[in-house]
Amino acid sequence: MPKSNNLRLLWRRFARNKLAVIALFFIILQIIFTVAAPYIAPYNPYKGDFLATWETPNRLHWLGTDDLGRDVLSRLLYGARISISIGVLSQLAIALVGIPIGAIAGLKGGWFDYVIMRVIDVLSSLPTILFYILLMIALGAGFWNLILAMTLTGWIGIARLVRGQVLSLKKTDFIRASRAMGAGNWYIIKKHILRNVMTPIIVSVALGIPGAMFAEAGLSFLGLGIPAPQASWGQMVGMYQAYIRTAWHLTVFPSILLALTMLAWFLFADGIREALDTNNKFLNC
Amino acid sequence: MIRYIITRTAGLLGVLFVVSIITFALMHTVPGGPFDARALEKQQMVPENIKRQLNEKYGLDEPVWKQYALFVRNAVSLDFGYSMAYPNRTVIGIFREQWSYSLQLGLLTFIFSLIVGAGLGIFSAIKPNSLLDYFGTGVSIFCLVIPSFVFAILLQVIFSVWLGWLPTGGWSSPRHWIMPVLANSLAPVLVLQRYTRASMTDAMKANYVRTARAKGLSRKRIMFVHVFKNALTPLLTVGGPLAAGLIVGSFFVESIFRIPGIGFYFVSAIGSRDYPMIMATTLVWTLIISLAYLVTDLLYALADPRVTLLKEE
Repeated sequence: MPKSNNLRLLWRRFARNKLAVIALFFIILQIIFTVAAPYIAPYNPYKGDFLATWETPNRLHWLGTDDLGRDVLSRLLYGARISISIGVLSQLAIALVGIPIGAIAGLKGGWFDYVIMRVIDVLSSLPTILFYILLMIALGAGFWNLILAMTLTGWIGIARLVRGQVLSLKKTDFIRASRAMGAGNWYIIKKHILRNVMTPIIVSVALGIPGAMFAEAGLSFLGLGIPAPQASWGQMVGMYQAYIRTAWHLTVFPSILLALTMLAWFLFADGIREALDTNNKFLNC
Repeated sequence: MIRYIITRTAGLLGVLFVVSIITFALMHTVPGGPFDARALEKQQMVPENIKRQLNEKYGLDEPVWKQYALFVRNAVSLDFGYSMAYPNRTVIGIFREQWSYSLQLGLLTFIFSLIVGAGLGIFSAIKPNSLLDYFGTGVSIFCLVIPSFVFAILLQVIFSVWLGWLPTGGWSSPRHWIMPVLANSLAPVLVLQRYTRASMTDAMKANYVRTARAKGLSRKRIMFVHVFKNALTPLLTVGGPLAAGLIVGSFFVESIFRIPGIGFYFVSAIGSRDYPMIMATTLVWTLIISLAYLVTDLLYALADPRVTLLKEE
C-alpha cells in the first residue's frame, strides 16, 4: 500500500532527528500521565487540606502544597490537561475556520477576497497579545472562551497561508482542466487544493500547538485565561509569583514544566517540518 | 515618495479608525461596568442611584454611538479623560508620568538584545556549524520556547531568593535593571539572531563577495566593506518595529518586577475594568507600532537605493 509506505518513509525521516524523537517520547509520556491523571494523582487537586497549607516538598506531598493545602503535584497533572487540550483543540478550530476562508478567498477572488484581505490587514496591525487581552476581557475567562479567542486571532495566519498557496495552484494546468470539465469550487478545494497544501498546513498546525500553549499560559498568568479553581500552569505562576520568597515551589515547578513542555512540542513540530520538507528551514526565517 | 507617504498615512488612519471601533465595541460587551469591579474589590455594593450618577458623570448613560463620537473627538486632541481606577489622574497624565519607565526598560532591552542577538548572528554566519553557531541556535530555541514570565520567575528564584544577589523588583538602580532586561530580551534576541544569521549567510554567498575574494581582498575588508553593509541594511526592517514594540512597555516583565511603566498600569487597568485607560493604551500602541513600520519602510528606501516604494501599491 502506498499510504503506509509514505508513513514509514515519514517516520524514517523523522527518526533521523534524535531530539525530535526524544521530544515525541516526552509528549507521549505526558499524554499518558494526563489521561491517567484521575488514577495516578496522589490527591484531589481541588480539595484543600487546611492542616497542610504552604508546605514545601516533603514525603507526603512530593512537590508541596499551596495556600489552601492543595497538592501541587496533583494540580500540575491536571494543569497538563488544560495545556495540551488548549494547544490541540485551538489548532483544530483554527484549521477548520482558516482553511476554508483562505481557500475560498484565493479561489473566488473578487469582492470576497478583497474584504477578507482588508480584514486580515486590520487585524494583523493590532499586536497579537493586545488583541488576545481585549477579546478575553470581552468574553470573560474560561476554557471555551480561550479557544474562541485563539480561533478569532489565529485563523488569519493559516488563511493567508492557504490563500497564497491557492493563488499559485490556481494557475496550474490540472486545476484549469478540472474547472474546464465543470468542477465546482468545493470539489476543487477537496480534490486538488487540500492535498497540495497539506504539508504547510500540518507544519503550521504543529508549530501552532506550542504557540497556543504559550498564549494560554500568558493569559492565565494575567488572570484572563483559566479561572481560579481549575488548575493551569500559567495561572499558578501568576497567582503565586508574589509569594516567591516564602513559597518558591508554587511557581518554580509549574514554570519548569511549562518550559519543558513548550520545548518538547516545539522540537516535535520542528522534526515534523523537517521530515515533510527539507528546503524550508523555519529557524532560518 | 510624497504620494507614497500620503497613501500610507491614509491607510494608517483607516487602521486606527477600525481598531478604535473594535476596541470600543469589545469594551462595551464586557459583562459588568467599571463601578461593579470597584464594588467587588471593596466588598460592598454601590447603591443603584449612586451608580446612576457615576454613569452620568462619565457619560456612560448616553447611547453607544454618541459615546464613541465623543471619544473620537477628544482622542484627536489626546484627551482620553480621567482614569476610572485613579479618579484624580488623567489617562494622558498617567502616560506622561509612567512612560519613562517603559522607555528605559525598552531601550536597555533593545541595546542589550542588539549586542547579543546581532553579535551571535554575525559569528554564527561567519563560522557555520561551529560551536558558537550551535550555541546561537540553542539560545534562539531557548528564547522561542520559554515564556518571558517563566524566565523572569526562574531568574527571581535563583538570583534573589536563593543567592540573594539581586533585588526582586523595582527600578531604582542599575542592580534592579539586570533581571527585567534579561527577561524582556527573549523575543528580540531570537528575532535579531535568526535574522542577522540568515541575512549574513545570504550576503556571504553573493557574487560580489566571490569577486572580492577572487580579487584577493583581505577577509577583514570583505567583511566590513562588502558583507556587513549589504547584510545589515535589511536588519532595519525588523529592528524598527522591534524597537517600537519594546518602548511601549511589557505586560509580563513590568508586572513581575513591579516596574511602574505603561505595561504595569495596563495590567492593573484590565483588572479594574478601567475603560479609558485600556482604550487609550490600545490606540496609542497601535499608532506607535504602525508609525514604526511606516518610518522603517521609508528609512529602508533611503538606505537601499534598489528598493522602490511605489511598486508595492
